[in-house]
Amino acid sequence: MFGAGGGTSSYREAEETNLVILWGSNARETHPIFFHHLLRGIRNGARLVAVDPRRTSSGEWADVWLGIDVGSDIALANAMARVIIHAGLANDEFIARATTGYEEFAACVEAYTLEVAERETGVPAAAIRDVALEYARAERAMICWTLGITEHHNATDNVLALINLALLTGKVGRYGCGLNPLRGQNNVQGGGDMGAIPARLPGFQDLQDPAIHEKFSRAWGGAEFPHTKGYHLTEMFEAMEHGELKALYIVGENPARSEADQTRAVGLLSGLEHLVVQDIFLTQTAELAHVVLPAAAGWAESEGTVTNSERRVQRVRRALEPPAGARDDVDIICDLARRLGCDFGNPTAEQVWDECRRLSPMHTGMSYGRLDELGGIQWPCPDESHPGTPFLHARLWEDPVGGPRAPLFAVEHDPPVDRLTEEFPIRLTTGRRLDSFNTGVQTNEYTSPLRSKEALLISPADGERLGVADGESVRASSRRGSVQVPIRFDSTLRPGLAFMTLHFPDQVATNVLTIDATDPKSGTAEFKASAIRIDKV
Amino acid sequence: MDIRTTGGPPTAEEMAAVDGVLGDPTSLWEGGARHPADDHVAFGGHATRSQRPLLLPVLHAIQDRVGWVSRGALEYACRRLSIPPAEAYGVVTFYARFATDERPAMALHVCDDLACKCAGADELCSELEHAFGPAGNSWRRSPCLGLCDRAPAALVERAGASHQEVQVAPVTVEVAVEVLRGGRWPESVNRPLPDRPRKLLRRIGAIDPESIDSYREHGGYVALRRAIELGPEGVIREVTEARLLGRGGAAFPTGRKWDSVAKAPVRPHYIVCNADESEPGTFKDRELMERDPFAVVEAMTIAAFATGCEQGYLYVRGEYPLARRRIENAINQAHAHGFLNFEIEVRRGAGAYICGEETALFNSIEGKRGEPRNKPPFPVQVGLFGKPTLVNNVETLVNVLDIVVDGAVAFAATGTQDSTGTRLFCLSGNVHEPGLYEVPMGTTLRALIELAGGLRDGRTLQAVLLGGAAGSFVTEQQLDVPLSFEGTRAIGATLGSGAVIVLDDTADMKQILLRIARFFRDESCGQCVPCRVGTVRQEEVLHRVLSARNGDAHSSDINLLTDIAQAMRDASICGLGQTAANAISSGLIQLNVVARDG
Amino acid sequence: MWWRVMAEAVFVGLPKRFVKVSIDGQELDVLEGLTILDACRQLDIDTPTLCQLETLTPVNVCRVCVVEVEGSRVLVPACSRKVEAGMKIRTDSERVRHSRRLVLELLASSVDMSLCSAQVGGWMSRYGATPQRFGDSVATVAQPVKIDNDLYVRDYSRCILCYKCVEACGVDAQNTFAIGVAGRGFDSHISTEFTVPLPESACVYCGNCIGVCPTGALMFKSEHDMRQAGTWDESRQTVTETVCPYCGVGCMLELHVQDNSIVKVTSPLNNSVTAGHLCVKGRFGFQFVQRRKQE
Repeated sequence: MFGAGGGTSSYREAEETNLVILWGSNARETHPIFFHHLLRGIRNGARLVAVDPRRTSSGEWADVWLGIDVGSDIALANAMARVIIHAGLANDEFIARATTGYEEFAACVEAYTLEVAERETGVPAAAIRDVALEYARAERAMICWTLGITEHHNATDNVLALINLALLTGKVGRYGCGLNPLRGQNNVQGGGDMGAIPARLPGFQDLQDPAIHEKFSRAWGGAEFPHTKGYHLTEMFEAMEHGELKALYIVGENPARSEADQTRAVGLLSGLEHLVVQDIFLTQTAELAHVVLPAAAGWAESEGTVTNSERRVQRVRRALEPPAGARDDVDIICDLARRLGCDFGNPTAEQVWDECRRLSPMHTGMSYGRLDELGGIQWPCPDESHPGTPFLHARLWEDPVGGPRAPLFAVEHDPPVDRLTEEFPIRLTTGRRLDSFNTGVQTNEYTSPLRSKEALLISPADGERLGVADGESVRASSRRGSVQVPIRFDSTLRPGLAFMTLHFPDQVATNVLTIDATDPKSGTAEFKASAIRIDKV
Repeated sequence: MDIRTTGGPPTAEEMAAVDGVLGDPTSLWEGGARHPADDHVAFGGHATRSQRPLLLPVLHAIQDRVGWVSRGALEYACRRLSIPPAEAYGVVTFYARFATDERPAMALHVCDDLACKCAGADELCSELEHAFGPAGNSWRRSPCLGLCDRAPAALVERAGASHQEVQVAPVTVEVAVEVLRGGRWPESVNRPLPDRPRKLLRRIGAIDPESIDSYREHGGYVALRRAIELGPEGVIREVTEARLLGRGGAAFPTGRKWDSVAKAPVRPHYIVCNADESEPGTFKDRELMERDPFAVVEAMTIAAFATGCEQGYLYVRGEYPLARRRIENAINQAHAHGFLNFEIEVRRGAGAYICGEETALFNSIEGKRGEPRNKPPFPVQVGLFGKPTLVNNVETLVNVLDIVVDGAVAFAATGTQDSTGTRLFCLSGNVHEPGLYEVPMGTTLRALIELAGGLRDGRTLQAVLLGGAAGSFVTEQQLDVPLSFEGTRAIGATLGSGAVIVLDDTADMKQILLRIARFFRDESCGQCVPCRVGTVRQEEVLHRVLSARNGDAHSSDINLLTDIAQAMRDASICGLGQTAANAISSGLIQLNVVARDG
Repeated sequence: MWWRVMAEAVFVGLPKRFVKVSIDGQELDVLEGLTILDACRQLDIDTPTLCQLETLTPVNVCRVCVVEVEGSRVLVPACSRKVEAGMKIRTDSERVRHSRRLVLELLASSVDMSLCSAQVGGWMSRYGATPQRFGDSVATVAQPVKIDNDLYVRDYSRCILCYKCVEACGVDAQNTFAIGVAGRGFDSHISTEFTVPLPESACVYCGNCIGVCPTGALMFKSEHDMRQAGTWDESRQTVTETVCPYCGVGCMLELHVQDNSIVKVTSPLNNSVTAGHLCVKGRFGFQFVQRRKQE
């Protein structure tokens, strides 16, 4: 967010805020322990608003659930912004001092009247207005989101629309306020922190900044490395398609199952000249590989750090001996480097980390010793006397503002790419269940009394209209393919809305149905919105 | 709240019972049919969860309508009120009057407690057992029903759309059998009060308890007018100077309590009238509510005025259907005549002695298990719903009327220096004229028993249980004890709730003691270890002690009882555990099982 | 509570006052808002507790921590009573010792406490508790073990009714409320709605109830099975802290490993992310690592 990518608040703040908007997030099931903090907030009197097409278990805790149509988040956010502006509740002083782009933004949201928003989102205008006013009037309020915001073809715009609301009302940079993407995987944040994004080096430092580039190059003994931005995941697949990318080294990912439009993804991976997969399992992707490098499990068989959704860097430790032949990621990479003619030596995880601390100012104060002592430290932590940073952007409240001002961006509503038609009349959205994770590679290995197999969840009314019974196997088809899947009635779904998970790809390959329409900036596909048809078999 | 219900749908009758309290559901999300608006918006959260206090009224509605609370019914209630079913199950199983297994619509609750025992309840029960099988289904044994002046007593309950609940006392085998066979029952009437001077009880018998006009003709609402003239501080001053002490058992200075609530900065303030009179042998509050209900309502109005309470509750024990109806009628009439400017909600107990403990009572009103809270904090600071709360017993409140009208000095002229005013005593057991007696504080126990005509001819006194099960036994030699707070304290006894159960030489003391031990075992809420396990061990050891031949009890068992008693007294959360050994300890002295000084 | 206090210092840094109290004749300054138990711990006075846990709201039901406070008619629970200026506290008087002894005896005479920590055994001997003295034919909570799913075992013969599991399942952490206290008096017991088996209940298998159970009444099935088979051996176990491999919340795990195999997962109480609580994935989702070793 306006610079470094990370949630601005601490979990603890959710316990002491007045209002939380969970936007496109079923944290109750996908981030259960974050939800504990939120529940403490609720017990302390905080109100909860849930924005989600489904009335999830998180929605059941909410004071207000706004059941928007899939992919209408920007229409909702812009309409809320307009309500706030017209009610005179915009924080004019904050906007003037700490933000840019207000005029253009205000002009843009002017078109999003409550009537337009009700038409686009399905949510009654009065409810939109009330939530907008409540957010603006709350002394402290935070917005938290997950994949409901980011798994869209316009993911970045969605995020910007939420940021706009916080900037408009001054709900960022203060205790109990903030903008928090809840990370879906245990080290998504850490991956970003370490520069595993195309244009960044560790600590979100700009690869294309010559001074930065020079600093890293010098530290690495004058090593040569690109000055220009690389591909993100979706661009890689496009490059494979165009024949520009011929070899791929995948570490700990299962794109053959996790990519949208699975048929296409598998085809492209199979067509590579050289595919190396480093993983703890022989995944479906690994089965396609020319070389498989068995790895130790990062969280239980090796040493290192991860970063969580409140930017807390935490230690992972070796509790188990890895199986014979499986090696630590650091060892594999160093070995590989050696074979490629560059000797990294045999560093320990701590030595690698200390190098990172030297090069990344936001990590400098985080020695292993301090991480142990403090139970993790939230970045930025510039030196060893620094306690870490519970919330970001306090600088926006300094007068004059410390650092660059935060931009408001005019963003427009753009409905899902996969349009609903007579042929494909049902909106399929996807998500997670409490006891399972992603493609199920890890979670399907333990017995969960909660687990039921994959099913296509639809409203009982749709079932009746289609003449299918609860439990009956049907064919679900999208413009990309079709799968056979049992029906399950879910009375929390409204007619026209269907739900599936990605947890059981071997039983039902949900991603055969999903669309790979992708956000150009973040590279995320629109898993949340496919158009499907249901046929009896 | 994400509630999971898997028990199947409620029946139409169960739904009607719940909806009768809550109104029809307005959306899919609270258990109704899908409405188009439900597709895109739902409201819940704090607003839904704040309905928790409606749980007991809803459970009563189901129990009244169907005779038991099924899983489907409970889950429907839970969905409507946003209460997790496991929590609601914990609540429903806490209260003896709610059933979670299917039962016949008709139930007869037969009291086998102390006073009724003296009047042949055990024989009655064995006849019923003979005719209808063991207690538990169509008929059941009940702790004291508060009808000790007309023992033996029973309560008839018939579930259905027109639910019936009637006290029958005295009950005979013939009547009980007739009722259980589906027949009729005789109308039960209050006992005429003895013809002697009365203050607190002066309107009883003189007024029509269902008419506010009749109440006003007899001086009703003079006190409220006077209170308004005095102003809140003036009222509190009078109550304080009258040195009125609470009549519920703890004898706390009423004026000080009122002052604390009035000065509590947190808002709102609540007033709770504790009418959960469940101490075995006690029926004074029932008599006041049944026969002079407007006085209770007027006194609550004055108390609320003086202490700035915005909302009132009157928690009446579930076994008092007539009192409940009379109080509800009085509140309605007071409202209609403009004598009541705040809400008083009548709450109905559901068979739990512990709810007479003030903090347990709060939890019960809040829709929870009636488990007492640790004190401090005290109710005057953190009470009902966590707010400053004034809790007074019925008799305490009614005393306020005379204090306000006649002034503190006149009130304090009656009684003793430390125990002012009169006191109501509930005489029952082996006494000539059981009933409610009002005497000045300081009257001797001997004089009180004589007022009631003494023992029956040819009988000798064995003991008097003063203060109910939580009280203690007083011997023949102690009959000259003045009945005042300080007088009873001097002999290690207590006035308690004003129960005076007289036992002559025909009473089986062992059975009496065992009944008391069972009472505490049954009524312990189960929260704290000393009381939960202590009351069980006490009963077990007592059985051993009493089944030994006289004087033969093992000294180790006697020591055990003493040890248990001390731990219960010292370490229990609330008064129930702290007093659960009193009567038994003193009764063993009476039986010469334990030497007075040993 | 120390970690809460520390966190507060980081977050709000509100100044707190100290109050002076005396414990067993020793004067000390205690931060306002702390309990008598906190104060006792400040002096390293070993105070028995069963229903108390830093991360749960005090319910003060077991009464084993009672102390004598001058001016109080009855003993007071150290775990919940806040210190007040001038309080004179006695933790080892005859009355205190008597009640602590009786509480332990009453519990142990009705509940199987054989899996309680060694600390509990220590208290039993310190206070001379002889639970057998109530005799042989006494009421107990003995009942068959409940095994109705693959993850948990519930052996309520071991339940002292400390309410911790109810609090962890309820308002203090998980807010699922699959279990509550049902019944009354000695019949009070931990129960699902209408005593349905766990898979029919609202249970989401977070295992937080097991995490807080002090008596072994609630146990992971894996541990139960190993105990039955005689292979459970804590002396051969290591405990390593690491971070859960699933979502991005970053829950700290304690992996209990025996013979290079994870046998139990817990979380540190003093962790600011978890406060000792986990979800079903963090608690049970570790099997995939082991599965690799078998292959």
